[in-house]
Amino acid sequence: MTMEDFTRKIDASIASRQGKKMWIERIPAGYWIVGFILLIMPSFASDFVLFQIFGWTFILGMIATSLMFLAGYGGMVSLAQMTFAGVAGYMVAIFGDSAIDTISQGWPWWVVVPLALLITILFATAIGWLAVRTEGIYTIMITLAIAAAFFYFTRQNYDIFNGFQGFNSVFPPRLFGVNWRQPLPFYYMTLMWAVITFLVALYLSRAPFGLALQGVRDNPRRMAALGFNVTAHRVAAYAFSAIPAGLGGIMLTWQSAQISPGTVSIQPAIDILIIAVVGGLRHPVGAFVGAFLYVLLKTFAVDVLIALGLSGDRFQLLIGLGFLIVVYISDDGLLGIWEKLRASRNRDPLTGERRG
Amino acid sequence: MNGANESANALELHGLSKRFGALSALSDIKLSVGPGERRAVLGSNGAGKTTLFNCITGDFPPSEGSIRFFGEDITKFPPHERIRRGLRRTYQISLLFTGLSVIDNVYLSCLGVSRGRFSFIRPRRSDALVATAEELTERVNLWDVRDTIVSDLSYGQQRQLEIAMALSGAPRFILFDEPAAGLSPTERRELVDILTNLPSHMGYIIIEHDMDVALRVSDYVTMMHNGRIFKEGKPAEIEEDPEVQALYLGGDDH
Ligand SMILES: Nc1ncnc2c1ncn2[C@@H]1O[C@H](COP(=O)(O)OP(=O)(O)O)[C@@H](O)[C@H]1O
Ligand SMILES: [Mg+2]
Repeated sequence: MTMEDFTRKIDASIASRQGKKMWIERIPAGYWIVGFILLIMPSFASDFVLFQIFGWTFILGMIATSLMFLAGYGGMVSLAQMTFAGVAGYMVAIFGDSAIDTISQGWPWWVVVPLALLITILFATAIGWLAVRTEGIYTIMITLAIAAAFFYFTRQNYDIFNGFQGFNSVFPPRLFGVNWRQPLPFYYMTLMWAVITFLVALYLSRAPFGLALQGVRDNPRRMAALGFNVTAHRVAAYAFSAIPAGLGGIMLTWQSAQISPGTVSIQPAIDILIIAVVGGLRHPVGAFVGAFLYVLLKTFAVDVLIALGLSGDRFQLLIGLGFLIVVYISDDGLLGIWEKLRASRNRDPLTGERRG
Repeated sequence: MNGANESANALELHGLSKRFGALSALSDIKLSVGPGERRAVLGSNGAGKTTLFNCITGDFPPSEGSIRFFGEDITKFPPHERIRRGLRRTYQISLLFTGLSVIDNVYLSCLGVSRGRFSFIRPRRSDALVATAEELTERVNLWDVRDTIVSDLSYGQQRQLEIAMALSGAPRFILFDEPAAGLSPTERRELVDILTNLPSHMGYIIIEHDMDVALRVSDYVTMMHNGRIFKEGKPAEIEEDPEVQALYLGGDDH
């Protein structure tokens, strides 16, 4: 072997190793930093912050991710995601334990939770089957109608849904002897499911199912001409979206220890849409960014308004204004703003050309 | 009704009509194409050639008439069922996923006719579909731009991508809608090579304005005008035909 051959071989082997970095090396630095802060959060954050701010953020983020999955990947804007969450929450209260022992069955959690998710998936499949026959504004209208119908149904039905009152004292199971409603365990439980939801949503973007869904969003006619059953793909997306929404709904019920028609009314359904759109639909992280902002606003805006000498009722106005501003200046919520900032930072200030 | 049959004609159209409101885009089309046959469809703009393709693939259902594909009546089938039976097409105005890369576009076209369309598992580099997608990309000379986003491709490259996507899976019959339009002379030669090198069992219909290309890649020619078929024959006969010459050389749209 000549010297030349030898160096060429070394070069080739270095090149191939650089091309194939270990998966752990490919995780961006930002993920490590955010992950680390979230893990050690309990060492400096108060119980209120852990339970009320972050617990709620993770739950709403999961429900918003289910919408991001449908709208961002699939191009289907659904207002029924909070309804899916509510169905799962109600099922946990009905088949599990609550203070309403005339209705609640008191079955063990390992039957109740999977059953609740299964029913939610079936429900979402049926809704999807109805909704995918429509496009754009009509999808929004039909899912809104479903959300409204479910809300009024739960409020008027006393035999199964216990009407206006709903169910209280719905607690998480004491798995491993832990009280999962304590701030610290609750924080880690919601964090874990939020991380799983986030990673699965991210992973699916490049898996056949997710890729095909993006194809259906961009060009349904071409997808059909490639052999895809566009309707089946859309319905499957609804069914799948029920899993993060359902899990979120169950934990939401455990967090407040109750579920009632108020949980599934029109306002929360619209709030999920606002969270997802303000956060950004292009990437699953948007759902959690949007949820965090929403929770902060919902928790502190009233105090800020009162401190400024304004009425606390103006809270919804504040959210509405924020929504307007974000949508006005960005094509993809806060993620879009972030992208714009990053692009302008990478631009040479003199020539306006992109660096490296 | 009856299933696919290899000895039957690849395509058989009977009394096919398509109306858009008052406009008759196709009237009473009768056409049979044998297995492995290569057919050219010629005709001026607005003759109904693209509409014919749209009816065959199910993009638009015909107003009347029937379509048989290898003996099977597919008139009422949704587009994806026709594609899964081995029918393919390219679009005159490229219909691509402009936000995705070249290789992703080809991968999607391979995925559409495979199992695992609903798979939740990301494909590995060694995945058979990925390998096929890479091979097709190479075959239409797009290997060097495989990771380019489609909206950044040149017009000619987009046309080549259309071809790659029509060749995915195991096509039995392909409809090419003006694949040479807008190509450079070199790209045209490459296209003719790709078409003439297709396996002999793979029949196709090609719509082509360029007589040179059309006559070189086809065994038989169908002429259309105002939604009707008005002449069929061997390439040499068509070339000599005075009526055709009048239409093509004296016509005001050429
Ligand atoms: N989707 C449509 N809606 C209404 N008219 C159409 C549509 N598609 C085609 N046409 C009309 O049908 C006729 C045939 O069009 P087309 O099949 O595209 O012709 P060609 O491909 O031979 O140029 C034209 O008059 C065209 O305007
Ligand atoms: Mg045409």
